[in-house]
Amino acid sequence: MTVIGDILRLLTTADLWQAALAASVLLLLPALGGVISERSGVVNIAMEGMMLTGAFFGVVADLAWQNVWLATLVAIVAGGAMALIHAVVSIRFRADQIVSGIAINIFAAGMTVFLVRRIYGVQDIGHVGPSELLPNLSIPVLDQIPFVGQVFFQQNVVVYIALFLLVLVQVVLFRTRLGLRIRAVGEHPHAADTAGINVYWIRYGAVITSGLLSGLAGAFLAIGISNTFVPNMTDGRGYIALAAMIFGKWTPLGAFLACLIFGLGEAIYANNSTIHVSQYLLSMLPYILVLVVLTGVIGRSNPPAADGIPYVPGAE
Amino acid sequence: MSEQVSGAPAVEMRGITKAWPGVIANNGVDLTVRAGEVHALVGENGAGKSTLMNILYGLIHPDAGEILINGTPARITGARDAIAHGIGMVHQHFMLIPVFSVGENVMLGREPVTGGAFYDHARARKEIEALTQRYGLALDPDARTGDLPVGLQQRVEIVKVLYRGANILILDEPTGVLTPQESIELFGVLRDLVKAGKTIIFISHKLREVLEISDRITVMRRGKVVGHLTTKETNEQEIATLMVGREVLLRVEKKPAEPGPVTFRVENLTASSDRGVPALRGVSFELRQGEILGIAGVEGNGQSELVEVLAGTRRATGGRVLLGDRDVTAFDARMERDSGIAHIPEDRRGTGLVLAYSIADNLVLGRQRTPAFSWHGMVLRISAIKAWAKRLVKEFDIRAGNIDVLARTLSGGNQQKIIVAREMGNRPRVLLAAQPTRGVDIGAIEFIHRRLVAERDEGTAVLLVSAELEEIRSLSDRIAVFYEGRIVSIEPADTPEERLGLLMTGGGSGTRTGAA
Repeated sequence: MTVIGDILRLLTTADLWQAALAASVLLLLPALGGVISERSGVVNIAMEGMMLTGAFFGVVADLAWQNVWLATLVAIVAGGAMALIHAVVSIRFRADQIVSGIAINIFAAGMTVFLVRRIYGVQDIGHVGPSELLPNLSIPVLDQIPFVGQVFFQQNVVVYIALFLLVLVQVVLFRTRLGLRIRAVGEHPHAADTAGINVYWIRYGAVITSGLLSGLAGAFLAIGISNTFVPNMTDGRGYIALAAMIFGKWTPLGAFLACLIFGLGEAIYANNSTIHVSQYLLSMLPYILVLVVLTGVIGRSNPPAADGIPYVPGAE
Repeated sequence: MSEQVSGAPAVEMRGITKAWPGVIANNGVDLTVRAGEVHALVGENGAGKSTLMNILYGLIHPDAGEILINGTPARITGARDAIAHGIGMVHQHFMLIPVFSVGENVMLGREPVTGGAFYDHARARKEIEALTQRYGLALDPDARTGDLPVGLQQRVEIVKVLYRGANILILDEPTGVLTPQESIELFGVLRDLVKAGKTIIFISHKLREVLEISDRITVMRRGKVVGHLTTKETNEQEIATLMVGREVLLRVEKKPAEPGPVTFRVENLTASSDRGVPALRGVSFELRQGEILGIAGVEGNGQSELVEVLAGTRRATGGRVLLGDRDVTAFDARMERDSGIAHIPEDRRGTGLVLAYSIADNLVLGRQRTPAFSWHGMVLRISAIKAWAKRLVKEFDIRAGNIDVLARTLSGGNQQKIIVAREMGNRPRVLLAAQPTRGVDIGAIEFIHRRLVAERDEGTAVLLVSAELEEIRSLSDRIAVFYEGRIVSIEPADTPEERLGLLMTGGGSGTRTGAA
């Protein structure tokens, strides 16, 4: 009982929710990318690798040029470049998209470690100076609101960007012509093709966008939350984002809610000193929750009908 | 778009040639379609009709030949070009997105937009209402497309094509998926469209329909045009002969049945549909050895559920099924099969075959555990399976390179023959044949019909379910009419079509009611 009491007490603190939101944004960006990619019909499990690549090149660029914005841009482009590989392999060459995704994740892990040794000749890549990090930003006036102010308006700049992107992606997918076309391509590419929509362009665009978003998440991780690159520092977050996407039924808002649950779990785990229970047990919390929820409490969740199926024009 | 003069050619295709590796799908094909006519393009599966139309619609690029639209040469390299030339296509497999609304499906690719990017629901609705009023095609723009019956989905396809401003409509096997009732409605729509100045290319292999709806006919066989006909001056037999390349029997030849003892008895059977509502409301009938009992009815009146219960793939909620003296009501599919009930399912690709299996594997499916094909039901006797498959392929005239070819690659007719061969392969006591010739070409229909009659003459009790009244009437020895989950009447084989039609829609009075 005391454990539950501890957690409940923790849940009333603004500190916890502030940390939870930041942690969930780190998952939200790749999850949004996954939603876009899969809505267009390309299964994307490579967010992990794209994020890691973004994190690495972000740190490299930041160390080299001492400019965090340029570094962030590099990270985004690096994520996009990895996504381009996935796009070419799965769209142009119609390869199995799961295999391609796994390959990219393994490749990214190996490549980044190799490049650290190659470029810096040591295990440790070095640290980015405090002024070269993505800044925290307090919104004047709003940040003075009790509780809410600290949670929502004293955050890293990337958090604001991610929340804006969340709304943007939700609106684009479900309210615009472009969104209608993306979803059409993901549901029934032949129908889209016969309606004069270029299936390939839509899919390339969607997959690359997923890489850009994952790259931004990588930058947030490496030069926002942390200040260096550590091998495998993404620590499975790309996969958790994938789970959040499925959990959220391939919708941006749904994915965000799922990310919040994971983020909350992570924040509770980070605050484990105030809870009298094994930290390992705590770290399992969000995943146990997912398994329970996926068994059907939220109802069946159906992927886009053509998700994972390469498009071959003219074939039924 | 220039004003179309009735009678002037709307579409001219000259010397169209398209070769795939190993086959010439179109070989110097000429086609002229006059403005304002219904032009039927007929031929067996694989004759090259669809290839030709996909070329016209820009989905396939020809190796040679030219296309003229309204007298001017046209370069059509994609659906966009075709749409720009006023050509629209209603595909055999609908190009509709089930989870989208009717409005979204119609608009897709030419969506009205507000504020530069936002999909304009209000304008979409208005556009569709205008179209449906103009052509008398009622549709709810906000309905979820996947929830609509097939006939209405096809209507969405037609409205979609009209929305794109099509003057030339290609309909690829439009009646293949429709009930007889829906087909009649479709023909009404087509006549209205012609009145409104549209030109229609109608692809079909159902000759009665072609004779009913078309003005002129082009017949294709093996990639070539083998005849240009005027509908008024031809008949079913002439077209069939041209299509198949030899005389075909359009009527089934059979001697009177010599029914034996009752071998299969269904008593007051009830069952629910997938949605949990009653689909069978007390069905009773007897089936004798050596007879074909036809089940007529508009689709969706419980016939599918009946066959599934009898085949062991659906649970009965009440009543009994007796095979001889044995109660087989609660048997699962394997037990039914083992006790001598064979089943040709209505869904060939979903239930009848494993498309990713070879012909040989499909032919042995369901019997893989028997000592003939495996040791102790564990290790397959590959050579025995191959020998068996070779025999059946020959006996049932399944046309394929060899028995290791995947079922997926075969035509519908040959796929169906695999199922027929497997189910008839070792003398069933009862044969449940559901839509045995659906979507199959004339040659294969003739063949399957002959085999069904031969099976009857060997003493098998055959239950035939078909949406084609003509098929029911020509094959059956007795006809049971289904309506709302009950047999409303059992009629003799020579019952006029009008009377059956009336009974099928709940009218008329049964001579004998099958419901208890």
